[in-house]
Amino acid sequence: MRALTWQGKHDVRVETVPDPGIVNPRDAIIRVTSTAICGSDLHLYDHYIPRMKSGDILGHEFMGEVVDVGSGNHALSVGQRVVVPFVIACGGCFFCQKQQYAACDNSNPADKADVSEVAYGYPMTGAFGYSHLTGGYSGGQAEYVRVPYADIGPIVIPEGIADERVLFLSDILPTGWMAAENCAIESGDTIAVWGCGPVGLFAIQSAFLQGAQRVIAIDHYPHRLDLAKSLGAEVIDYEEVKVREALVEMTGGIGPDACIDAVGMESHGMALDNVVDQVKASVGLGTDRPHVLRQVIMACRKGGRVSIPGVYGGFADKFPIGALMEKGLTIKTGQTHVQRYSDRLLQMILDGAIDTTFLISHRLPLEEAANGYRMFKEQQNEVTKVVLKPDGWRH
Amino acid sequence: MRSPVDDSSTLERRGRSMVTVAALTGVAVLGVIGVRALSRNSGNVGRRFRRIVEVLTNHRLSGAAGDNVADESEELVERTVTINRPRHELYMFWRDFGNLALIMENIESVTEVDERRSHWVVRAPAGTTLEWDSAIVEDIPDELISWQSEPGADITHSGRIDFRDAQGGRGTLVTATIAYDPPAGAVGKLVAKLFQREPKIQARRDLRRFKQFMETGEIATSRMNADASAVTSTAQPDAAMRQAAPH
Repeated sequence: MRALTWQGKHDVRVETVPDPGIVNPRDAIIRVTSTAICGSDLHLYDHYIPRMKSGDILGHEFMGEVVDVGSGNHALSVGQRVVVPFVIACGGCFFCQKQQYAACDNSNPADKADVSEVAYGYPMTGAFGYSHLTGGYSGGQAEYVRVPYADIGPIVIPEGIADERVLFLSDILPTGWMAAENCAIESGDTIAVWGCGPVGLFAIQSAFLQGAQRVIAIDHYPHRLDLAKSLGAEVIDYEEVKVREALVEMTGGIGPDACIDAVGMESHGMALDNVVDQVKASVGLGTDRPHVLRQVIMACRKGGRVSIPGVYGGFADKFPIGALMEKGLTIKTGQTHVQRYSDRLLQMILDGAIDTTFLISHRLPLEEAANGYRMFKEQQNEVTKVVLKPDGWRH
Repeated sequence: MRSPVDDSSTLERRGRSMVTVAALTGVAVLGVIGVRALSRNSGNVGRRFRRIVEVLTNHRLSGAAGDNVADESEELVERTVTINRPRHELYMFWRDFGNLALIMENIESVTEVDERRSHWVVRAPAGTTLEWDSAIVEDIPDELISWQSEPGADITHSGRIDFRDAQGGRGTLVTATIAYDPPAGAVGKLVAKLFQREPKIQARRDLRRFKQFMETGEIATSRMNADASAVTSTAQPDAAMRQAAPH
């Protein structure tokens, strides 16, 4: 089959690789009909995530048709259309039974779990196409994917629903939803969202659906700020004004009730701390650039909530623990427990309460995936979401 | 319903196939889970080994893991994992040593000789194997099993596994322990050298596989394909076991 493989920093290529097959009884094989490039794929592209190997197949947002199921899988059948959550979760461990699917204790293979156990204290959960820290599973930017525990994860899509309406159930829609949920929104609240990429935009949409009165979006790309406005948000261009001062002004001196960092470890901007962070990262002294996170903590109101869907992997310098403690903030973060939200969000899409198709700016054949990465990296104003079509536009 | 733990021939076949497809590290590691390894710098191995065996066979673990044997012998290490399955089910799986090849990377086979003794075949470097007979020392249903190698073993060792209820209905605390004596001879030295470097890692991984198998019915892997020589895709998780077990 053809698949997008990681070869090194800023080097991804579509190559011919062996087709996947059933390995374990609960597996399914999916023929991919649509797959997207995620903002977090750019962290791999930029080689900010360790434990990548040349030849790894990327992609964790994908959907397609079931073409084979293992003999122990009684939930799926050949021919069904499914969206596959990026988190690989077994369904049977303590964490899965608490619906903390992104903490599943079993999906990271035994020989892959050592590194994250050392790095983070406990082994991480498996995920598709996201380094050998999370299991080294081959991803979905390919013609076919082997999906483990396919009897509990994949979301079966009714006939007649176009791929693009449901594809983002795989990651960014539930991630935006959980980011808003982690804000514990109360009526009358103002939510500030840093980063108007896909997760930030879906977090804006979700915050309104969860009862926020106002959402203030922060970015510097005009097109992305326009999309935020179209969802009902007020906007701040951080290149035009000082963000914290603007937020104080806009909230009558109180500050936002909750703040969302939908940027993560590679924040932009020419602030002094960010330049220092970039230099440190480039010489290996630090891995993350937490400029936005510092700003989020400083801007949040006393007693407010901070939600971090943005990806971090290492250590943060100059973390404002004093502001966090003295203001009594609550932080919630984590990889998304996708499977927890699947049914509810699918229903909201089918009911018309959520539309995700506005996000897609570019559609490319899988063969042009490398170009898609380059565009997504270099033209972030125009390129909001790239969907890849391995099967030549049939869906 | 048929109890899977009675069906050792099927399990053994399955075990072989899974072992075949398991990645061969090329490192001879005793595939017994759990570690209470001798110190790498061990001076008087024989004396320490005797102490460890004594501890393992006479000192019954109780209370929180880690606060017992370690106090008596600083060389001892142990590892505990919580498995979200009933104590009885885990004990029954373990009591049939033939099952262990399913979850341990380097075990070729474990076959019962009689009620108390079993014959172990473990992969070693360069395509060789190590073999020994092992006898059960203590067997308390649903609580613990300890065993010790018989004279003439390629590696003199002993081990035990304890099962205790976890708090709050979280399943079972499984504590695994193994002590071993480096084998004699040139091969033995090589094996021991490799062995002592790896047992902690091996124990950690074997315990993870045990947990995976009991909680999900399969061993997690990121392989894209079953190996050509393997029949993993037809190797069923123990459907009977899963159905028989209370959920």
